[in-house]
Amino acid sequence: MAFDYEKYIRPGKLPHIWCPGCGHGIVMKGMIRAMDTLGLEKNNTAIVSGIGCASRLPGYIDCCTLHTAHGRAAAFATGVKMAKPEMTVILVGGDGDGTAIGGNHFIHACRRNIDMTYIIMNNYIYGMTGGQFSPTTPHMHKASTTPYGNPDPSFDIAKLAIGAGATFVARGTAFHANQIDKLIVEAIQHKGFSVVEILDDCPTTYGRRNKFKSVIEMMNRLKEVAVPVKAAEKMSPEQLQGKVLTGVLYKEDKPEYCSEYQKVIERAGGGAR
Amino acid sequence: MENKLPTIEITERYCKGCHICVEFCPKQVLEMKGFVVSVKNLEACIKCMQCELRCPDFAIKVIP
Repeated sequence: MAFDYEKYIRPGKLPHIWCPGCGHGIVMKGMIRAMDTLGLEKNNTAIVSGIGCASRLPGYIDCCTLHTAHGRAAAFATGVKMAKPEMTVILVGGDGDGTAIGGNHFIHACRRNIDMTYIIMNNYIYGMTGGQFSPTTPHMHKASTTPYGNPDPSFDIAKLAIGAGATFVARGTAFHANQIDKLIVEAIQHKGFSVVEILDDCPTTYGRRNKFKSVIEMMNRLKEVAVPVKAAEKMSPEQLQGKVLTGVLYKEDKPEYCSEYQKVIERAGGGAR
Repeated sequence: MENKLPTIEITERYCKGCHICVEFCPKQVLEMKGFVVSVKNLEACIKCMQCELRCPDFAIKVIP
């Protein structure tokens, strides 16, 4: 049966603003399927974003949504979760919003281990503002501000999240569309800060500067570089050169921030919630 | 056993002509007509739902 996406989309909001072939729409579909699988109630789900192409996503989804300042999605979402711990809080954003402007908020939200899910759509560039290089632009790839190649080494968002203390880290790609909703379901079910990085394509500002002739070529590149974690165990370091691991990369149980904060309230003599 | 043909609903207003559905269809059921996708060969459709799954613009629905 065809999946009814429109029940989670605000009436009259489609077609969306994303460029032809942009993977953000595929990620949004995965997210809607995940919300449907979990049976999330619209009034009890908050979707928070910063600024950027990916951060336009909450505008389309018919839940409690918050479109905030650039990079500050994690800060606003922490406020939402602290005020209403029973709410499911999902953050969405791009690589620039999450790891450059919001890098500090991101690592500290990871460290706190507050119960929310951060979906980072990594398209390797700042798409909305005209294709400036971002912290995830690969070494020597071109952007509008690095026309001769980007000399910076790039961030590995998943490793950054694990290092900062996130307790669930997964990675998928826009090509592996079937996997996206499964990863998001697992991330939302996990109690603690969950990061789901989805590798994406930006044909308009990244693809055309880096010799990708079409959207299909970009999608096929995602297919080629992705290696599932289980398959990677059997591969040699030489075979893994230039590949990206996908699937659930890290999972652990640690005390969650809202319940720890409740203990502080009780210790200080305040009423239990 | 009778093989019922699916219905492929295309919302032309949503389609941005990115070619993803056309390229990833394993049976070449779809084609581009100008900037918008259209159904070329419905009999070949195996209802794998790849086009519906991958369309970033919510433009395709396959009703088996």
